[in-house]
Amino acid sequence: MSGSARALFLREWRIARRIGGGASVGAVFFLILVTIMPFALGPDLNLLARIGPAILWIAALLATLLGLDRLFQGDADDGSLDVLVNASLPLELVVLVKCAAHWAASALPLVIVSPLFGIMLAMEARPLALVALSLAAGTPALTMLGAIGAALTVSLRRGGLLMAVLILPLAIPVLIFGVSAASAASGGYAPFAMPFTMLCAISLAAIALAPFAAAAALRHVRE
Amino acid sequence: MRRLIDKFPSPGYRNYRLKALDGMGAVEGDVMRLSARDIAIERGGRSIIASLSFTARAGEGLLLTGPNGAGKSTVLRAIAGFLPLAAGAFALEGGASESSIGEQAHYLGHADALKGALTAGENLAFWAGALGSDSSSGVWRGALQRLGLAHVADFPVRALSAGQKRRVALARLLVAARPLWLLDEPTTALDAAAQGLFAAIMREHLDSGGLIVAATHAPLGLEGAETLRLGASLGIAA
Repeated sequence: MSGSARALFLREWRIARRIGGGASVGAVFFLILVTIMPFALGPDLNLLARIGPAILWIAALLATLLGLDRLFQGDADDGSLDVLVNASLPLELVVLVKCAAHWAASALPLVIVSPLFGIMLAMEARPLALVALSLAAGTPALTMLGAIGAALTVSLRRGGLLMAVLILPLAIPVLIFGVSAASAASGGYAPFAMPFTMLCAISLAAIALAPFAAAAALRHVRE
Repeated sequence: MRRLIDKFPSPGYRNYRLKALDGMGAVEGDVMRLSARDIAIERGGRSIIASLSFTARAGEGLLLTGPNGAGKSTVLRAIAGFLPLAAGAFALEGGASESSIGEQAHYLGHADALKGALTAGENLAFWAGALGSDSSSGVWRGALQRLGLAHVADFPVRALSAGQKRRVALARLLVAARPLWLLDEPTTALDAAAQGLFAAIMREHLDSGGLIVAATHAPLGLEGAETLRLGASLGIAA
């Protein structure tokens, strides 16, 4: 079973690295979102530094959801999903492994480059570290929630927008705790520990529960 | 319309012994049988298949024929467990009781289940691994060799022709051992030589105690295979 999981992870990783560099496109999209914010808000450095964590979090949220709508659709279109359903791995684990590969290929680069982009928002060293830390803890939840949306919209041709509409409301708690953990060092309302542990709890709960929801949705939608 | 097709062993019926398929949990000496009892399938409130019964035995192929829309693909997908049955049940006698029929079957549909960005070899190595088989290069290279594709193993699949893609998809049947093959128009896009090659591969699978249920319009070159003709009146044309 671990051999099957490894084979699936390796395949997903290769596809993500190969087709137009899906991962790097996500990071570039993240960069563009962060870059256009000062144009819209004006060059007030104090303001940018204060709302920097929120900007980075919203950009990460959108960049994560952007790549997720094709999570299962490619496999549904080319018949791979039919074979995966009856492969030796339970569908719940297939979902989990695909999400792990997607997170490693597209969310992890965002976490790594976020301190770099934060410099453009005139953020200090400590807030930058907290943003990266909170993104590392919170993006697994975003990926897992997105997987549910991707599974629900797998049979729709242009399900990307519908998926965002379905998933963004569910991502609100992640956003609240993520931003309050990230801005603890830059004039936030809460100390770092409480929102950060909540964020970790949401991610762990999503990793535990979302595979079942997504697998159930995949089974039901394909009937 | 009631359609009942029951096949009893013909006098010349030979017991095919399971040799190659021990790994699937089958016991030596068992003869596998796939039986359908009074199957009914509905899609969106419309009856596609009603009261369908058949038995397919190891060593014999079963060909599903019939006009477009007769429900051939639907029956194959139902056997694989992708569609709920309105009535009746499929049973794989002599199979591994703890796994579903779908988990003991190779389902080869209209789509090739290949990723264009990966090479033919990477695709097959993935399926061998995902289907719980040996994903070492010897296995998938052997399968590609068998289908006359050894020279394209390192090409990305999107660079291959339709017939070559189909042959890579067929090679998936060889990289993991599963007793039941569910084939939906397996010879689409294949040239005459490749069709002959695939007929020989199917015959080999049957001779080693495997089962084949295939939906087809063209003759597959399977001698002695039973034919089950699904009527248009059961299908969408009704």
